[in-house]
Amino acid sequence: MDGIKVEGTTKRFGDFVALDDVSIEVPEGSLTALLGPSGSGKSTLLRLIAGLETPDSGRVMLEGNDVSSVTVQDRGVGFVFQHYAAFKHMTVRDNIAFALKIRKAPRDVIKQRVKELMKLVQLQGMAHRYPSQLSGGQRQRMALARALAVEPKVLLLDEPFGALDATVRKDLRRWLRRLHDEVHVTTIFVTHDQEEAMDIAQQIVVMNKGRVEQTGSPTDLYEHPSSEFVMSFVGEANRLGEAFVRPHDLDLSLQPNDGAERARIERVTHLGFEVRVELAMPDDGRMWAQVTRAEAGELKLEEGQAVYVRPNRQKTFNGDEPKTEEMRAA
Amino acid sequence: MTYLSLIVLIPMAAVVESSVSEGLGQFWDSATQPQAIAALKLTLIASLIVTAINAVAGTIIAWVLVRDDFPGKRIVNSLIDLPFALPTVVAGLTLIALYGDDSPFGINAAFTVFGVGLALLFVTLPFVIRAVQPVLLELDREMEEAAASLGARSTTIFRRIVLPNLAPAILAGVALAFARAIGEFGSLVLISGNVPFETEVASVFIFGQIESGTETGAAAVSVVLLAIALIVLFVIGLVARRVTRHAR
Amino acid sequence: MLAKYGLRVFALGYLGLLLFIPVAMMFYRVFQEGIGNAWASITSPEGVHAFWLTIEVVAIAVPLNTIFGVVCAVVLVRQRFWGRGLINSVIDLPFAISPVVIGLSLVLVYGIHGWFGGALNDAGIQIIFSTPGIVLATIFVSLPFVVREVVPVLQEIGDEQEQAARTLGASAWQTFWRVTLPAIRWGVVYGVVLATARALGEFGAVSVVAGRISGKTETLPLFVQKEFETFDVAGAYAAAVLLALIALATLFAMSRLNRRQEEN
Repeated sequence: MDGIKVEGTTKRFGDFVALDDVSIEVPEGSLTALLGPSGSGKSTLLRLIAGLETPDSGRVMLEGNDVSSVTVQDRGVGFVFQHYAAFKHMTVRDNIAFALKIRKAPRDVIKQRVKELMKLVQLQGMAHRYPSQLSGGQRQRMALARALAVEPKVLLLDEPFGALDATVRKDLRRWLRRLHDEVHVTTIFVTHDQEEAMDIAQQIVVMNKGRVEQTGSPTDLYEHPSSEFVMSFVGEANRLGEAFVRPHDLDLSLQPNDGAERARIERVTHLGFEVRVELAMPDDGRMWAQVTRAEAGELKLEEGQAVYVRPNRQKTFNGDEPKTEEMRAA
Repeated sequence: MTYLSLIVLIPMAAVVESSVSEGLGQFWDSATQPQAIAALKLTLIASLIVTAINAVAGTIIAWVLVRDDFPGKRIVNSLIDLPFALPTVVAGLTLIALYGDDSPFGINAAFTVFGVGLALLFVTLPFVIRAVQPVLLELDREMEEAAASLGARSTTIFRRIVLPNLAPAILAGVALAFARAIGEFGSLVLISGNVPFETEVASVFIFGQIESGTETGAAAVSVVLLAIALIVLFVIGLVARRVTRHAR
Repeated sequence: MLAKYGLRVFALGYLGLLLFIPVAMMFYRVFQEGIGNAWASITSPEGVHAFWLTIEVVAIAVPLNTIFGVVCAVVLVRQRFWGRGLINSVIDLPFAISPVVIGLSLVLVYGIHGWFGGALNDAGIQIIFSTPGIVLATIFVSLPFVVREVVPVLQEIGDEQEQAARTLGASAWQTFWRVTLPAIRWGVVYGVVLATARALGEFGAVSVVAGRISGKTETLPLFVQKEFETFDVAGAYAAAVLLALIALATLFAMSRLNRRQEEN
């Protein structure tokens, strides 16, 4: 099987179990996200694939070959770090050319390739600058160009946008997606930001406490989460007793309804296209509903108002199979 | 200010004044007498060699202290400062204990230039180590991992990534070590035997001049020694500035 | 990895051959020569005198340098004035100059034929070949330590605390005593330890200045030399071991202080 396969890997750091019998499959040419909170093991898994860490047990396969005992130098992976890991004593040009230089490529080949790469990452004209003279986003683009220089089979990015400003982060992740569409190298990136994963990944592996919770496309995970954790982590969820309800699956009305509970509106926030309504429930619980501007206008929602809340779709996770219940609209 | 002047500035000025007090001609004669030249030559060459050796050894030792771990590392680390804390004459004596007359190794370095070299190695040992250690501690390990992911072997990583970032610190240590070496006196007095033209270093020569009353001669050679020190330090400073062109 | 062990072996081997084994050997020698002999030499009148002279000199030089050091550091860091760079270089001079040259410079100024020597001689004050000269030489060589340890500490803590104190009505002295000094205390202590070690061990400058008159102007380091040259090897090693023990105590103090500083 081509692409990347990790089988039954376990990794401990002292007493801490970073990965507990983890297996994943990454199709060739795909863009996959490893998503999870801090300590979930996602970075460790990435570094395992790169060869920067060795598993205590299990193995890593790249393009059908068992590379568990192959050093990081020989795996042919490109790695991009959260804090860029720029060679600060070298110019941008020398950074990007590094992999080629140590393979003793001829000068004109290096020159040509560096030029191509700098165009690809839109850093033309920066060749003679030092990393300290670049912005965060520029440094990361340089790091990407550097990793791509010898055409790696796999591109691995460890929270690549974590150190950047919010707007730069959004721009750069979209740019990464477009790059992937052009270059088609198998890419895995690690993130704790579910919005980021949902935005650009083709496949998401959700991890928690050293285990894989669920793997699937963004839609799969959102519509059919396999556990409480995935439901709460990917997208937003309210808790209604034992059930979980998405904010946009809560129906609000001014009249009492079958199965609806009475709640008081605590706050109404207009976030552009959507309206967020924070509700205080009778049992002192709190939920929030997401409604469109139109709906908010129709119902004339305001603070202090009493409304009737009813989920039209909810999930429970007792027992082995998650259960989805859908209620007919009134 | 007065304190400084009384203690430091005025005496230093006196040395310079004395050196030329009997005229420039006398200065030249004193400074270029054969024994003085021999002493200066020995001092300069020995100091350069010793500094170079300790630059390499010091970097390796700093590397081991920072990156490696073994039982007793803490103690070893503290003992590195021993040459700083130990009186110079005691330093000389410890080397005689092991490499002198009665040596269990059978090596007798007393009265030889090797004795001079040993003593200088001893007293300049900590400089490069202590200069490199903090820089090594702060070094971004991810740079090395990035280089590895790009295909670089350990030696390449050391040569192209680690060393360039350590260079300023190494040079700083080298400067301090050199300055210490050319002026060193106490540790050499016992082990080198102070044989003129053979194992007599500049500081010992100057001492001899003072003892025999030729203070102007002593002052002249002192000034030359100082000048040599300043020139070498200046050159090292230039090299350091070239190397850190990019540093921020 | 093989390289790792290779480096470790090299480092420990180098240190062993150059540092550890020689020092251990010296301790061994004392036993070899017989503790009785060693003890007799150290407790001889000259030995005892050398010991106390050294202590006396250090007891004068170090406090003086400490006061100077703290004041100088505060002035250097907290005030701007022309010539700051110059003062910095001057303070570093004792590191760059051979101890023998230092001794020479003092003789040229304070000796009988020296600049001040004549006047001092008439006043009945003898500097060279006597204890004051030794004190002066010791001050010269241990001058920079307190300053250099305090300056970075002062720079790091910044002057905000002091400004706050002044807004609360503290006078300059009160600010210094209650705010600045406590903040820099570990830097001061560390500098004092280094200065003391240096002062105790000074040999070259004192050699020139003292005249090595046994029983009068012979410090402990000079005593070591004399014993060795007069073939009283036991005495030489004994005194050397004594000084080495003090040095080891200094190292111990330094590493404890380092750990304290890290915790702070």
